[in-house]
Amino acid sequence: MLPDRTGHFGPFGGTFVPETVMAALAELEQAYAAARRDAAFRRELGGLLRDYAGRPTPLYHAKRLSRALGRNLRVYLKREDLLHTGAHKINNTLGQGLLAVRMGKRRLIAETGAGQHGVATATVAALFGLACEVFMGEEDMRRQALNVVRMRLLGARVTPVASGTRTLKDACNEAIRNWVTTVRTSHYCIGSVVGPHPYPMLVRDFQSVIGREARRQILAAEGRLPTVLLACVGGGSNAIGLFHPFRDDRRVRFIGVEAGGSSLAPGRHAATLLKGRIGVLHGSRSLLLQDRFGQVLPTASISAGLDYPGVGPEHAYYQLTGRARYAAVSDAQALRGAQRLARTEGILPALEPAHAIAYLKRLAPRLRRGAVVIVGLSGRGDKDVQTLADHLGADGAHPRHV
Amino acid sequence: MERIRATFNRLRRAGRKALIPFVMGGDPSLALTGPLLLALEQAGADLLEIGIPFSDPLADGPVIQAASARALARGATPQRVLAAVASVRRRLRAPVVCLSYWNPIAQFGGGGPRAAERFLRAARTSGCSGLIVPDLPVEEGARLRAAAAREGLAAIALAAPTSPPERLRLIARASSGFIYYVSVTGTTGIRRALPPTLIQGVRQLKLVTTKPVCVGFGISTPAQARAVARVADGVIVGSALIHAMGRARGRAALGRAAAFVRRLRAAV
Repeated sequence: MLPDRTGHFGPFGGTFVPETVMAALAELEQAYAAARRDAAFRRELGGLLRDYAGRPTPLYHAKRLSRALGRNLRVYLKREDLLHTGAHKINNTLGQGLLAVRMGKRRLIAETGAGQHGVATATVAALFGLACEVFMGEEDMRRQALNVVRMRLLGARVTPVASGTRTLKDACNEAIRNWVTTVRTSHYCIGSVVGPHPYPMLVRDFQSVIGREARRQILAAEGRLPTVLLACVGGGSNAIGLFHPFRDDRRVRFIGVEAGGSSLAPGRHAATLLKGRIGVLHGSRSLLLQDRFGQVLPTASISAGLDYPGVGPEHAYYQLTGRARYAAVSDAQALRGAQRLARTEGILPALEPAHAIAYLKRLAPRLRRGAVVIVGLSGRGDKDVQTLADHLGADGAHPRHV
Repeated sequence: MERIRATFNRLRRAGRKALIPFVMGGDPSLALTGPLLLALEQAGADLLEIGIPFSDPLADGPVIQAASARALARGATPQRVLAAVASVRRRLRAPVVCLSYWNPIAQFGGGGPRAAERFLRAARTSGCSGLIVPDLPVEEGARLRAAAAREGLAAIALAAPTSPPERLRLIARASSGFIYYVSVTGTTGIRRALPPTLIQGVRQLKLVTTKPVCVGFGISTPAQARAVARVADGVIVGSALIHAMGRARGRAALGRAAAFVRRLRAAV
């Protein structure tokens, strides 16, 4: 069972952080080990996921989208977009919030890119009566302004990060620096399957509810396991959450879709698994977009939530072992994917899962007829309406820059 | 490694404490990095700590972040910083230790499993005596420590105010050259006051080790340096020194740095 005792997934993972937070990581690991054995914790989390967040989410058979793709494909959408706060992030923040309370921490720290994890953390902080500070790149605050307002309405402090590329990577740096300073009283609520051990394991476990439900639901609907699981990958939490419960179903293929940006030239994309080399950032060893001196490269993506030069170590391990394959979808393709889902199914996806939707077109001709595909629809598109309007024109119909 | 041991032995015999200034390699420029090291020694430094810039220095506060960004913008690379050390090594008596985050070391000379060994060899041939990696806790550092020992380099581990007693022992055993005690629960940077628990923290660490203990992170004034030097074997001053150089360029920066280090020297 991975990770191993020291937090490694094969050559990836581990703990690369300043000594100051090592004791806090050990405390978190112990608190989590105790919590997962505790029936009361599982009951409380299960109750919150059901009554507060809205689980289980539907596994919806997207018939019109399937028909448009042809080959008698049967495409199902795992509707995490219907959850409270609008994305899968709440699965993780409820779990970590409960752990923080168990550890006696009074404050949550989070980084956020698209703002969905920030909103989910601010929500849980309000629910549990904890203080909350969210670090967000200035560039992301501009392009996801709606989520900044939501976090503030929920009582969180949103701290702009002006260093580096002013996006998710720098928000992570600042969140870690703040955690190093406030570690005795604050819990760092990481939003993806990244960071030092035990975070990649912890976040995966909390997100695995996605795949556990989907597995049960697809067996009920189809009487068979899916051919392919498809999900977008930035840090990779919704993808791991969907994939992990199927890991022993060897015939189920996993495909992760990364942000191809405007091109696959350095600095123009965030396709870490495709273009990265092994390296260490934000506490773990994984693949990393970097120059030959080990300096981290800037990234670019139309979707703030995928705009990150690293990736979860378990995804790097899945790629190394061939358990999952990864592909990239460009900004323009993702925009068309969002439009396609809106027009065929009446569902406006966030730009992150729009990458996975867009990839269906490339995947469909390579699948046998009648194949069953589950797409992780990790979040809804309300937050991206301004970006969509900027790129597609105010009527949402005429592509301008794409 | 030998040079660091000899330095602390000499200081101990003289009843003195080590003054260790930190500067970022390549800031204010690569050309000035060597002369800056010479100026710091002439101003009274006993050991010299030089940083290799990294794009994402997550243990550092704003001053060293900015120094890192300036150095990178001016073309500093690990190779060039080591070359700057090598250019003045023969004229320095003080041992030089270099500080780098793990990733630039892991990518050195093309990356791969032998990158750290290549880096250590380059550091040794450039005249460095030791190495500090702020994001490599002792658990992940076993291979690096073994490789450093083969090169005769000290692998200096960090201890923090949040390290519980059993970790302090682990760190003390793993560290060579000296132990770097982080004075504050936080990042590097200028602080008006040091935590009241600092003296107690250093004493606790010294209970479990006979190795020299040097204290850094946040020491900003001669008075603070003096207070810390009463219990520690050395004080490390980085952000305040970089701040003292201010916007000065060229020789003016050297003059300001030397003046600041002389004030620290008088206090320690």
